[in-house]
Amino acid sequence: MEHVFYLLLRRLRAPIILVIIVYAISILGFVLIPGQDDQGNPYRMDFGNAFYFVSFMGPTIGFGEIPYPFTPMQRAWTTFTLYLCVISWLYSIGTIFALLQESNFRRVIRRTGFAGRIRWIREPFYLVCGYGVTGNRLVHSLDARGIQTVVVDIEQRLIDQLDADKIGLSVPCLCEDAADPDVLALAGIRSDLCIGVLALTNDDHTNLTIAIDSKLVKPNRLVISRTQSKETTDNLASFGTDYIIDPFETFADHLILILKDPYKHLIHELIVNPHHNVSTNPHQDTTGRWVICGYGRFGKALESRFKANNIDATFIEVDPKMRNAPEGTILGVGTEADTLLEAGIENAVGIIAGTADDADNLSIIITARNIKPELVTVARQNLGANKPVFNAADVNLIMQSGRIIADAIYMHIRTPLLMDFFNHLRQCDEQQARQILLDITATLQQFELNVWTIGVTKAESPALYDAIRTGHPVKLGSLIKDPRDRQESVAALPLVVKRGREFTMQPPPSMRLQINDQILFCGQAPAKMFMLWTINNHNVLRYIKTGIERPDGFVWRWLYDKQRKRRKLEQTP
Amino acid sequence: MNFEKVSFAFFIVLALTLNFGFFYGEADKIEHHNVYELYSAIVVSLIATVMKLGDRTHMGAVLVATSLVADLQLIIAAITWGYATHIAETGMTPHLMSSIVSLSAGAVLANTTSVILLIVETTVVRH
Repeated sequence: MEHVFYLLLRRLRAPIILVIIVYAISILGFVLIPGQDDQGNPYRMDFGNAFYFVSFMGPTIGFGEIPYPFTPMQRAWTTFTLYLCVISWLYSIGTIFALLQESNFRRVIRRTGFAGRIRWIREPFYLVCGYGVTGNRLVHSLDARGIQTVVVDIEQRLIDQLDADKIGLSVPCLCEDAADPDVLALAGIRSDLCIGVLALTNDDHTNLTIAIDSKLVKPNRLVISRTQSKETTDNLASFGTDYIIDPFETFADHLILILKDPYKHLIHELIVNPHHNVSTNPHQDTTGRWVICGYGRFGKALESRFKANNIDATFIEVDPKMRNAPEGTILGVGTEADTLLEAGIENAVGIIAGTADDADNLSIIITARNIKPELVTVARQNLGANKPVFNAADVNLIMQSGRIIADAIYMHIRTPLLMDFFNHLRQCDEQQARQILLDITATLQQFELNVWTIGVTKAESPALYDAIRTGHPVKLGSLIKDPRDRQESVAALPLVVKRGREFTMQPPPSMRLQINDQILFCGQAPAKMFMLWTINNHNVLRYIKTGIERPDGFVWRWLYDKQRKRRKLEQTP
Repeated sequence: MNFEKVSFAFFIVLALTLNFGFFYGEADKIEHHNVYELYSAIVVSLIATVMKLGDRTHMGAVLVATSLVADLQLIIAAITWGYATHIAETGMTPHLMSSIVSLSAGAVLANTTSVILLIVETTVVRH
C-alpha cells in the first residue's frame, strides 16, 4: 500500500501546489481590494472572511457576497479568480482520474494488493506458477485438503478462471510473468511459510528460472518442476530440483505398466484414483504389435519403453526425416485408412494416437476402429477443454498430460513415501505384485482407500518413540491392533517401511520398529484415526502390547504401585 | 544544479525567514506583528510541504514531518487570529497576540530544523 500511496503523492504534487498558489493569490486579492460596508464606509476584508469566501467560491458553491455586497472592483476580482480556481480544481481532479486509469498504476495497485494478501497468510503454503490444466487440478486437490496455495500465471484468462472457480480457501493470484524475480519475491518465494515451489508453466525456460530462484533462496525447500525436454530435465536435476516430471515419460511408463504388469497398474490405480472403478479392466489381451501415430517427444518416450520391453511397434509420422524416425516408419498423419493399412493395422493389437493435435488423434482412433473394431485404443489429449469429446469417443485409455502431472505432484506432496513405494513396486516380480494387490483388496473390502505415513519420531508419535527409546520394543503388528480390543485388527496394511536408505516391501508384522522409521500404510479411512490413538497415547500403546489397562495420574499410579507391592509381600512369605 | 532541490531550498528558507519576520518583535505588542507576514508564511510553508510529499528517502520523510509541524503551528496561529478578530468579544488582546506569536515561534523552530537538515544533506551529498 505504501508504494501506491507514494506514487499518488508524487504525481499529485504539481496539482496541489497549483491549488495552494491559486487560493493564496485569490485570498490576498480580496484582502487588498478596498470595499464598502452597508453604511458606505470604506472597508477591507480580513483574511478570515477572505478565506471563507474563496473556500466556497473556488469549488463554485457560492453562498453570496459577504460580509457586505461587493464593489465593482471586488466583483471583477471574483470573476477572474473564479475561473482560476475552477481550472486548478479541474486539473487536480483530472490528474487523479488519469492516474487511476493508467495501466501502470493499476498494475502497481494489483501487485500491492497481492503482496498484502501474501503477507496475511499465516500458514504454510505452496507457490504454484502456471494455472493451466495441471495447476488447476493441483490447486483444487490441495484446497480440498485445506492446504493453502498462491498462484502466478501470465495469462489473465486463467487468473480470471481461478477467481470464478469454486475454491474453499482464498487463493491469492497474480497475472504476471513468473520468470521475473520481482514477481516471485512478491509471491512469497522468500517467505519462510512457503514450503514448496511448483513450476508448472508450459515454458521450460520459465520453469528453470523459478526452480533456480527457489533453490538459491532456500536450498532445502521442495521444488517440483514439469519439463518438456531432456535438456531441461538434466539442467533441473543439476541443481537439486526435488522432483522433475515429464508428462510423456510418465505416461509412457504408465502405459508399459498396463501392458506388461497389469497387477502393478491396478495397485497404482487403486491408490492414485480411489474413486476410480478399476474392476473392469478393458486391456485384456495386449500382447502383439502396436501402431503409434506421431514420433515427437511422446513417440520417442514410447519407443524407448517398447524397445526395452521387446514390444513391436510401427510408427506413422508426417516428417520422419526431420524427427529422426526409426526404419520402417510410415509417412503420413494416420487419419486416412490407407496410411493405417500400410502400417499393418489389421494385424496390430492396438493403436496409440499420439500427435499434438486433438482432432487428428480422434480421427485416427475412429478410422482405425472402423478398420478393426477390437483394437485397443490409446489417445493423447492435448487440450483440457476437449475432455467431453474424448470421453464420447469411448477410447480405452486417454493420456491427459495435465492430469498426469497434477496427480503425480499431488502424490509427492501428500505422501512422499508413496513415490518410493511405486519405484520399488516396479522392481517386484508379478507374483509379489499380485499378493500385494490381494492384500490391499482384502483390507479395503468395498471401502474407499486412504494412504498415510507414520514416522517414529518424537513429534509424530510420542508414545511409540518413548517406548522404543526406553527399551520396550514395539512390533509393526502392534500398530494394526484395534486400541478398543487388542484381539481385533484395524483395516490397515503396511505397504513399505523406510529405514535410512533401505526399503522393506511387504513388511512382516513381527518386524521390530526403530526410531526414525517411516511406515507407509494403506487402508480404510477410520483405521488411521485408531492408529494415531495408539502411537500418541502411552496407555493405549501399553494396553495393545501387554493387554493391561493401567490407570494413569499421580494418585492412581501411586495407589497401583502400592497395591502391587502389597501383593508381592503377600506372595513372598 | 537540480531544479527540484533549488525550489525546495528556496521555499523552506523563505518559510523560515517570513515566519521569523512575523515572530520578531515584542510578543504582546499587536502592532509588531503583521498579518500579511503570517499569511505568506503559511502559504510558503504549505508549498514546501507539498514539494516533499511522496519523497521515499529517509531525509525526505523527516523533512515532510518537520514542515508538517510548522504548517500545523502556523494554521493554529491563524485560527487563533481569526478567533480573536471575529468570535472573541474582546477583539485582539495582547494576551491572544502573545499566544499567536508563541505558536509561530514553535513553527520557527520546526522550520529551523528543516533548514538544518537541508544544510546537513547538502554538505553530506557531494555531487
